Order: sequence, then C-alpha cells, then structure tokens
Amino acid sequence: MVENLSRPAYASTSTSTSTRQPRVGKMAGRVLLYVALAVGAIISLFPFYFAFIAATHRSDEVLASPPNLLPGGELFKNIGRLGDVKFGDAMWNSAWIATFYTAAALVVCSMAGYAFAKYKFMFRDTIFFIFLASLMLPSIVTYVPLFKMISSWTWPTTWLGSWWAVILPTIASPFGIFLMRQAMSQFPDELLDAGRIDGAGEFGTFWRIVLPVMKPSLAALAILMFMSQWNNFFWPLVSQVHTIPVAIGEFNGASIIDYGGIMTATSLSVLPLLVVFLFFQRQFISGAMAGAVKG
Amino acid sequence: MQTAASKQAVTSARRFELRLSPKMAPYVFIAPAVILFGIFMVYPIIYSFVLSLQAQVDGNTVWVGIDNYAQLLDDDKFKQALGNTFWLLVGQVPLMLILGLLLAVTLNSKWLRLRGALRSIYFLPAITALAAVSVIFRILFQENDGFVNYGLGLIGAGPVKWSTNGFWNTILLMLAISWRWTGYNMVIYLSGLQSIPGDLYEAAAVDGANPITQFFRITLPFMRPILIFTTIFSTIGTLQIFDESYLLTRGGPNDATLTVGLYLYRTAFRQADFNYASTVAYGLVVIIALLSILQFRFARTEEI
Repeated sequence: MVENLSRPAYASTSTSTSTRQPRVGKMAGRVLLYVALAVGAIISLFPFYFAFIAATHRSDEVLASPPNLLPGGELFKNIGRLGDVKFGDAMWNSAWIATFYTAAALVVCSMAGYAFAKYKFMFRDTIFFIFLASLMLPSIVTYVPLFKMISSWTWPTTWLGSWWAVILPTIASPFGIFLMRQAMSQFPDELLDAGRIDGAGEFGTFWRIVLPVMKPSLAALAILMFMSQWNNFFWPLVSQVHTIPVAIGEFNGASIIDYGGIMTATSLSVLPLLVVFLFFQRQFISGAMAGAVKG
Repeated sequence: MQTAASKQAVTSARRFELRLSPKMAPYVFIAPAVILFGIFMVYPIIYSFVLSLQAQVDGNTVWVGIDNYAQLLDDDKFKQALGNTFWLLVGQVPLMLILGLLLAVTLNSKWLRLRGALRSIYFLPAITALAAVSVIFRILFQENDGFVNYGLGLIGAGPVKWSTNGFWNTILLMLAISWRWTGYNMVIYLSGLQSIPGDLYEAAAVDGANPITQFFRITLPFMRPILIFTTIFSTIGTLQIFDESYLLTRGGPNDATLTVGLYLYRTAFRQADFNYASTVAYGLVVIIALLSILQFRFARTEEI
C-alpha cells in the first residue's frame, strides 16, 4: 500500500481493489482539504462581517449573548454619534493625506528609480545601498527626532498637527524606489536612445516614453502607498493629525466604550479599501508580491 | 512678433534641455528623493543617536556618554518588553510563516477550484488598518459576552481570560497578528512557487517522488531566498509592533504584552523623556542588526 501511494497510478500493477482504495483516499483527502480551506476562508472573512453587523447595533447589543449576527436598525444613529470624535474631519484628513502622499511618492520614487536603473553616475551604488539598508532599520528610531524637528518648525505653517507632518517624511520611500528601479531596468535602452534622437530630452524621455509603459507597476505602487498611509496609526498619533485610525484610537480609549460607534468607524475605515480591492485585486496582490522579488 | 515669441519659447526650452544634459539628468532625478531622505531619515537617525548620549538635568542638556545605555541594560521594563517580543518571535512568526507556506502550496495546486477567489479571501485581512484589526479583535475576544467566549461556551470550554491573564493576552495578540499577516505572506510565497519550473515536478513524479518528497527536495530549496526574506522582515516587523499592543491589549495585565514599540511611545510621548526613548530605539537597532546577521549566517551555512 505504501509503495502504491508513492508510485504514479499507471505504474500500478496490483488488483482493482487496491487501485481504487488510494483513489478513494485521495478523494477523501481533497474533501477534507476543501473543508479546511472553507474554515480558513470563514476565519478570514468573519471579522469583517462582524464589524459591519456591529455597526448596525446599539452598544449593548454588540455584546449580547447569544451574539447578534443579523443586521440591526441603529446604523444611522451610530453614524450620527461619530461627530463626537470628529469623524468627518478624520475622513477628510485621511482621504487627502493619502491622496497627496501617493501622488508625490509616485513622482519622487519613479524619478529616483529611473535614475538608478538607467544612468551611470557617481556614488550611484552607494546611494542605492543606503536607501536599501534603511529598510532594515526599525522606523521607530526616527520618530523621536522627527517629533522634535516637526514640533519646532513653524514655516510655512505650524508643522505639528498639519498634513505636511504626515505626508512629507515617508515620500522618499526606499521600498518604492527599489520597486520602480526593478520595473524600469526592464525598459529597453534602444527606445530611450530613440527618444533622445527625436529630441524628447532627458526629462521628456522619462515622462512621455518610459512612464506610460510603467502603468502596471505604478498602479501597484500607488495602491500600496495609499493603503499604507490610509492605515498609518503611530505617526499621525504622535504628530497630532486627526486621521481615521487616530479617531478609532480615541473611541477605543474612552472610559465607556461605544461599541456600536467604534464598529461603525472601523467599518468606514475598511470599506473604501475593500471596494478598491474588489476592483483592483491584481494590483494589490502584485504590489505585495513585488516585495519578494529579489534584487 | 508671434514668430519671435515662439522662437524664444523654443530656445528657452532648448536651454532647459541643455541644462538637463545626460550627465546632469540623474542628479536631477534623484535630487528630490535624496533631499527628502536626508532630512527625514538620515538626519533623524543621526540625531537619535546624539539624543541617546544626552540627558536633561535641571532643564539643561548634558552629555552623559553611554550612561543611558548602561541604564537600558538594567531596565527591567525594557527586558520585559523584549521578553514579550521574544515569545512572539518564537511562537507567532514561525507558525504564521508555516501556515502561509502551506496555504500557498495548497492554492498552487492545479486541480483546486476557486483558487483565485480563495487567494483574494485569504489576502483580504492584509488591507485592513492595524487599528481596525485591533478594535475588532478586542470586541470579539471580550471576556464577558464576547463572541469567541460565547462560542467556546457552546462546546463547553472557557470562558478564557483573554485580557486579564497574561498568557491568554499574549495568545490574543498572536491571533490578531496572524490573522492580519498570514494571507500577505501566502501571496509572497505564491509568487515564489510560480517561478519554480513545472517540469521539475513532472520529472520528479516520473522518478517516483511523492508530493511530500517533492515539497522537501524541490519546493523548499527553491523557496529558500523568499523564506529568508519573509523571516527577516517578519522579525523586524514583530520587534516594532505598536498598534496592536497599544489598541488591542493596552500592554496587557502587568505589562504582559508590553512591546518595545509601546515602551518607546510611553517613554517619549507620555513621560517626555526623549533621550532615554532614543536609547531604547537604538537598543532595538542593535538587536535587529544582530538577529538579521544571525539569520543570514544561518541561511548561508545551510546552503553549503
């Protein structure tokens, strides 16, 4: 039997009963695997479902026994109470910060990635190495000095609590630069030379010839950047910018927690990304995968 | 007039192009990144080290050399935070990575139906904010009347003291982190699996290697670089955990789930001791550097 399992089916010379048995075993194994995968899928999805359902219940109904797993009628009252933590402001801040950040990071990272991929210049490899090495550093090392810097800056505005404080520090993302360099190095040099001969100039060649071809990589990076900024908690908390995660934290820190309200806020933070994910799954996943491609 | 104006425009455009010569171009292209990186990354890293060598005495900044580091080695809270993180490193990280790898291998099977849908479903937790994950898990795992304890009650178990018992509090933290990151690692492994040539498996099957042998002889060796990558980055990520510790467990009973990240936050932004907080941060840098070197070494000796 053991031998039979390890041998391909066509090599089997035994009787019909012993060939059927491994097949039955294989079927049972597959059914079991499907069951396990289904359980895993439920575990993956259930917290989302629970949050959405809890958003439609009163605070004391969220923790009812037996649990409420069907929608209730409190959604609009819960949304109304979000004003207590200035959730409208938080959504406004989060949306614009993530948008500006993504746009700026795409420009800065793709320009730098292009230079690293397509030019030879002094200290190129050293500078690139420094960028990459910083990926190994814990980002919390920079938070204390960054806080001291930002709380002392008053030009052109008070930085502490302003969008600038959250947007600027991570625009030059080493990960983004690395990703763009990888993508750009695939671009054929002959096309670059053709662009130069046609008089497009260095910047024109980059902007009008290279970038349009990089749309898939740019889309993956954009989604990654937007998501990381939208979900960012530590730095907005420290630099006193009221974003959605900070508002959720404020809810969570209250002495009497409004469970219906906090789940409404959480649902509203998850929902936009969920919708984008449904439309751009491939970009989400290729962004995550890109991280694993070795240099 | 018009022609003169347009001529001028052309020449000024040319002049700009002249200025952006192929020699100058790369410096212009990397300038924004390098300037921003210098101000917001390189300078703070140096500044942080300087801060760690100073202290505040009666409102004045004084140089104290390595005194802060000596204090760090004696700091029981720091050691406790490191110890808590250590348990996450040996308990949660391997489990999550192995589970992610198994899922990836399973979802890579040709005969499996709904592969795309399953891949998306398992990846979905990775798009949620850690803050959102933390508060959802906090409510699901409430000790009284929480959903999980209710479910455990139905099968005659529990109620588990998720928030008042240090051990279960740690388990809760592990569950939340695993839920958030397993699918993410699975996707990274899937990309690695897809780069393994399929005929290798066919040849192995003809030679009579069963799937388990194939996994250990073909899949694992091919996946080594990606496995090392995910191990190192999961280690770095785990050592910096903050959001979950701050929002989900709030440090736990008797600081059972206090992490280095949360300890640094308390030191810097609650007690306003920026100097010692910087020392804590650099202590973490040293530990991450040591662990990364160890992991690279381990990976290399295995190769020979």
